[in-house]
Formats: sequence, structure tokens, C-alpha cells
Amino acid sequence: MTALTDQLAEGLNSPICLTWEWTYACDLACVHCLSSSGRRDPNELSTEQMKAVVDQLAEMQVFYVNIGGGEPMLRPDFFEIVEYCVAKGVGVKFSTNGGRITAENAKRLAAMDYVDIQISLDGVDEVTNDAVRGDGTYARVRTAMDHLRDADFGQFKLSVVMTRENVEQVDAYEALAAEYGAELRLTRFRPSGRGIDSWHELHPTQAQQIELYNWLLARPHVLTGDSFFHLSALGEPLPGLNLCGAGRVVCLIDPVGDVYACPFVLHDNFKAGSIHDEGGFAAVWRSSDLFTELREPTNPGACGSCGSYDACGGGCMATKFFTGLPLDAPDPECVFGHGEAALAELEANGGAVRPTVSADHSKPIGVGKKRIPVSIL
Amino acid sequence: MATDFDADRAWRLHDRVALRPEPFGALAYHYGNRRLTFLRSPDLVTLVESLETQPSARAAFDAAGLAATRWPSFEKALTSLAAGEFLVLDDAA
Repeated sequence: MTALTDQLAEGLNSPICLTWEWTYACDLACVHCLSSSGRRDPNELSTEQMKAVVDQLAEMQVFYVNIGGGEPMLRPDFFEIVEYCVAKGVGVKFSTNGGRITAENAKRLAAMDYVDIQISLDGVDEVTNDAVRGDGTYARVRTAMDHLRDADFGQFKLSVVMTRENVEQVDAYEALAAEYGAELRLTRFRPSGRGIDSWHELHPTQAQQIELYNWLLARPHVLTGDSFFHLSALGEPLPGLNLCGAGRVVCLIDPVGDVYACPFVLHDNFKAGSIHDEGGFAAVWRSSDLFTELREPTNPGACGSCGSYDACGGGCMATKFFTGLPLDAPDPECVFGHGEAALAELEANGGAVRPTVSADHSKPIGVGKKRIPVSIL
Repeated sequence: MATDFDADRAWRLHDRVALRPEPFGALAYHYGNRRLTFLRSPDLVTLVESLETQPSARAAFDAAGLAATRWPSFEKALTSLAAGEFLVLDDAA
């Protein structure tokens, strides 16, 4: 680690990268959804409470927020809160499934300053994408992208979660982004939310990861949200801070106002507090027990004897936790295979106990639609 | 467009750049180009904030009481800030 990353690991006055999920409501049911979204939570923050959070963030000089969900555009007050953020000097980058980017909304967004859009597409063709995001979503996202282009929105971001099925399409993604004048953003698939189960079948293979590392190394302009730092153990570090930022430089505020260490650990073990606590978000960020603990020097544990520990820091906390590994174990996708070995050992000793999400907002599956096979003897 | 850094000219922070104090120095954010950068020492923060009141960057080095041996490293830091348009020429000076 460099002197700067050492200091970042000890924590900052305010987060560099704050994710704020505005609702658990979503009209899709993606198989990798990190927040198990679907149904709105009855305790989601009201418009006034949302604005009070924005006031706190402005006070803390949080320069921009990454808005997610659920689908944030499903909030009826979506534009009202975005406009409030911008007026307070808090820039907005929001992730959307594109369903609400109509021609009219695209024009409205194009007219706003300090607003960035990340639109999710998980395959360059209908078959690959729709298998993850649901039937008809490929066509829908392309229509949304067309609307943004027609409205002269400018450079939006095309955001892709890398899976075993789409990781080999990276060149085609790059071409698609270029066609729209968009930036390409590739992020790591973590086994969070509904991904706890689907990750095991869908995460990229070791060989695919190595190819991806070389591809990214040759393309420093491709955005990654710093999410592939575990691959830096392969040699030259990828651009970015290359550290687990949980509770140190990043955190998450969920739709009911709970504060978690990062967007991929929506679990009680990683809940630091709530914006409703005394002192609000600033107090949680600056002095909660959990965040204080995460800023202590980490124990390399099983990775202590590996010469690459300084490069990858042992990898991603969320990925370890939700595959049932201890936090000082190697990352399950460790490029040297130490994580696969650790998972195999868990299986050999009676199977991994995988945590479940503490607050699952998935919609009940297909009641009334799904045929339940009944055999009458 | 970014202007090449020249320590003999007067510089100031871009109007759309905000600095946030942090233990390591400061975090700088440019609301125009949306770039984020780190000012990696408190001395650099003091220097950057003083540029506006000085007739040249070199005068600011001197006024900040920085030892001449450290000037090249600060010049390098300012060069990179100018390249990212965090610093602009101070035409009023």
C-alpha cells in the first residue's frame, strides 16, 4: 500500500464514494440484484426526510452521491430530490434499469447540471442480457439509450456486471458504448442479495478473470468503480485505489436510512447505524463502532504468507462473507486459487454455511402465474 | 482547455473546484469536469489556497516558507492540478 492508501484506510472526514439507495421497489427481478429488491419497504424515507439527508451530505461536503435501489426512478419524488441535491451542490450519479427513461424524462435529465446516469445492461444481445435481467429488458434498455442520445444527454455510462456469460463480450460492449458516445463501466459480480445463490453458477472463471485483467490493464479509460482490485495480485495494479473501501472511503445508506459499510453487505453484521440516530449520518460515519473497527489495520490471516497481499489486501470482504468464508480468508476469486481451495475445504468439512440477507424485498415468485405441477393419483 | 503549468505566472483554483479538508491534506472535486483528486499534504493545501494572493506560483512557494529543495515536488503537484483544470491562470493578477 502507498502512504496515501494507508491514510485512506484510517478513514476520512466524509466518504469519497457514497451509495444511497432510494427505494427497494423495482419492476425487474435481476438474478444478481445486490439488494434483493422488488417491493417498496413501508419505512422508506419520506421526501422531507430525504431532503434532510441531502442537507447533511452538503454540510459534510460530500461532492456527489451514487443513487441506486431498487429502481430510483420509481420514487414519485425522484426529480424533486435530484433537483434538491443539485441545488445543494451534491452531484448525482444514478443507476437505472432504464425503464423510466422515456423521451420526455431523457429531455428533462439532459437539461440538468451535475447529473450522471449509469444504465445497466448485462449482455450485448437479448439472450445473454435477458437471462439475467428478465424478458424484454434488452430491447427496453436500448430504447432508453436511444432516448438519451436523441435528447443530447451527453456522455452517460453503460454499466455491466461481469458474469461467466458476458465477460467474453467486452469488445462488443466497448463498441456499443462508443456507438452511443457513452463511457463503459464494468463491475465485479459479488455474491450479495439474490446473487448469494446465483454467483456460484455465474461468476467468471479463473481463466476469464485473467483475460479481463489484461483487457482492463490495456484500457485505463474503462471505469470499474475500483471493483477488481483483487486482480491486482496478478502484477501491475489496475487504475484506482486498490483497497477495500468499506467503512473507510465508501458506505451505503439504504432506503429506510440504515447505514452499511458498503453497497454489497446489506446484512445486520455490517450495519453501522441509521441516519435517524443522534448526530445523523455524520456521527455514524465518523464514530460508529463498526466503522471504527473497519479502519483498524487488518489482519492478513490466511493470506499472510502470500507475497501479493500488499497488492490485493486479501480481496473483497462482501464476497468472502456471503460465500461463507471468514473475513481473513482469501478472496473466493483469488487469482492464485487460494479462495477456491478454501471454499473446497468448507465443502469437504460439511458444506459452507452461507449467510442470508437480513431484509429481502424480492417479490413473491409468480403466484397465480407459475404452474405448480400437481399429480393426482 | 488546460494550460501548461508555468511557475512564473499567477494561478488560482478554478471557480468550480471545492476543497474538503481531510487528515492527509484535502480532497479536491471539480464540479465542471467531475474529476476528483487528492492533495496529499497539508502544505500543498496551504500553497494551493494561497496562489490567488500571489503574483506567481514561485512567489507563493516562497511566501509559504517552503524550503527550495521541496519546490520541484510542489511544482510537479501543481502541474498535474493544472492539467486536470483544477488550477487556472489568474488573469486578474
